[in-house]
Amino acid sequence: MSAAPQAGVLRRLRPPSGAIAILFAAIVGGALVFASGENPAEAYAQILVGALAWDNLPNTLNWATPLVGMTLVASIPLRAGMINLGGDGQMVIGGLVAAIIPIYLPGPGPMVATAALLGAAVAAGLYAALAAWGETRHGIPMLISSLMLSYPAVGIASSIVRFPMRDTTTGLPQTALVPEGARLMTLSGPLNVGLILIGAIALLVLFIDRRTVAGFELRMRGTNVRFAGYGGVRLDAQAMRVMFSSGTIAGLVGAIIVLGSQFRFIDDALLTPAYTWSGLMAALLANGEPAGAILAGLFFAALQTGGFAMQRETSVPRVLTMVLQSIVILFLAIRHGVEKVRG
Amino acid sequence: MSGLITPFLIQSAVQAITPILLASLAGVLCGRVGVFNMALEGQMLVGAFAAIVGSYYTHSAAGGVAAAMLAALIFSLILAYGATVFRGDAVVICIGMNLLASGLTAYLLRVMFGVSGTFSDPAIVGLAKIRIAALQDVPIIGWGFGRQTILTWAAWALVALVSVVLFKTPLGLRLRGVGEQPDAAETLGIDVRAYRVVTVLVAGALTGLAGAQLSLGAVSVFAEDMSAGRGWIAVVAVMLGRANPLYVAAACALFGFADAFSIRLQSQGLPNQLTDIAPYVVTLVALVISHRRRMRAILSPEIAAATPGGAAAPQPDAH
Repeated sequence: MSAAPQAGVLRRLRPPSGAIAILFAAIVGGALVFASGENPAEAYAQILVGALAWDNLPNTLNWATPLVGMTLVASIPLRAGMINLGGDGQMVIGGLVAAIIPIYLPGPGPMVATAALLGAAVAAGLYAALAAWGETRHGIPMLISSLMLSYPAVGIASSIVRFPMRDTTTGLPQTALVPEGARLMTLSGPLNVGLILIGAIALLVLFIDRRTVAGFELRMRGTNVRFAGYGGVRLDAQAMRVMFSSGTIAGLVGAIIVLGSQFRFIDDALLTPAYTWSGLMAALLANGEPAGAILAGLFFAALQTGGFAMQRETSVPRVLTMVLQSIVILFLAIRHGVEKVRG
Repeated sequence: MSGLITPFLIQSAVQAITPILLASLAGVLCGRVGVFNMALEGQMLVGAFAAIVGSYYTHSAAGGVAAAMLAALIFSLILAYGATVFRGDAVVICIGMNLLASGLTAYLLRVMFGVSGTFSDPAIVGLAKIRIAALQDVPIIGWGFGRQTILTWAAWALVALVSVVLFKTPLGLRLRGVGEQPDAAETLGIDVRAYRVVTVLVAGALTGLAGAQLSLGAVSVFAEDMSAGRGWIAVVAVMLGRANPLYVAAACALFGFADAFSIRLQSQGLPNQLTDIAPYVVTLVALVISHRRRMRAILSPEIAAATPGGAAAPQPDAH
């Protein structure tokens, strides 16, 4: 079974490929919009304005915070030739833990917030490491183990906020509000400290990737897993570490959403925007190379934020942006195969 | 035990098995020709949506099923050509296809019917349940098959058909050859690419049937992302059954019962968010057990052959 894409397909992606892919997606998407009786030019113009007009930039950045976070979640394992499909479950665990800790832990706000962020990161990291353990110890391909662990996490979190931890005052499937002191500080408008946190993590990931032994070993594994093993990398331990790091970031993303914008864990609210899948696509675009992946993540965030404006101003539904994203990734996957054949 | 195994449980298990089984057979065919198909989830979703559209406009279930097969087949062109002729990475293509299916069906749902979330309409004709009076009162078999759609019967017939074709016909030999030794097959004058493309497309039509059963089989409704992980369970079933239709069917039956059992637990008062995870937990447990078995099978001759001081493990000879 040729499960893991060891020979990364999107390696050495040159900018023109990306531009052509976006153009292709725009044309196919435009045809789709046209066929449904709307004006594609109008729809695209609204996306651009909605994402990049000065007044809308904070919204784009706010949307980019979790999306770029989930891009890193996907890109770290992908850099080593592994795929983490369990981001949803890991993010939900992080979000739930981040909601529970402040509700029960007394103490000064900033300390509680820190404890909540750390708890969320560690819990989600351990859960992600479980997927790696599934592969190294039980021979379940990581693709499958990470995804199959995601559904139970989501299901259990959902039952927890429906029953034992349900906020009885609203009657909705959500936890009680997190105390004000434990919430993340607002920077301006919709932006909060979470943006800085994700920015710092992005820089840290870049630094580790470029400048440390761990980063070198990560890339070595991505290039040739057997060579890495032969070169003395302890592959099983590495897989656990990589998945733990990936999961920690997913947990932090969940915690940032809960502590920074929703102030409670709301059932399904973390999953509806599909950050995990957009992040995975962004990481696949750059084949896990973090700088490229972050750029792709920012691009997708702008596209999706613009999608809200498009839906408001025209009657084109914003799921169109999801279609555009997947066309970009399909185009690149197929085109890169063609380039490989030509040499 | 008699309290647990009720006619309803068996019937809902058989009903739950059908889409997974049809999708798994598609996975078996693709796996046998050497294309790793992880897009079953998305293909099913496209099938489910097209089935509703077809049934809505033709006012017949047959129209819905035909539309589902056609749409899933067209959708499968991406994998059929992308992973063979264009030599793209099948895993990346499949992830892209799953997301495209999710986005595209949600988009079309809004543009065509002006709704989001779920869609049902009196104009949609569901699949009729075939009632077999003679079977109704037979325990187990009758409970399971006394009242099912034609697609359930088709799914089990296809298990037999795919087994026979794969293992008893020259065509099956060629298909397996294309998957196991493409170079050797090529030397024998078999057009490997053409075999792969056609197989992936036929498999696509099967996933269309799976989707049709999903949206037209029980209640005639389409819900966004209604395949809800079933396509992934089918992928796992193919892995567990090692791409042998009979074993794969057994794995599907296991998941079907887990699914039906979770519905039964709900009636005992457990929240459905909690019971819904049963198939996934069963999947994980089954994967762990099957790996243990396999490892023990591989290791035991070595342990028997191990001599004191013989540090190097003997290479197990497969032949």
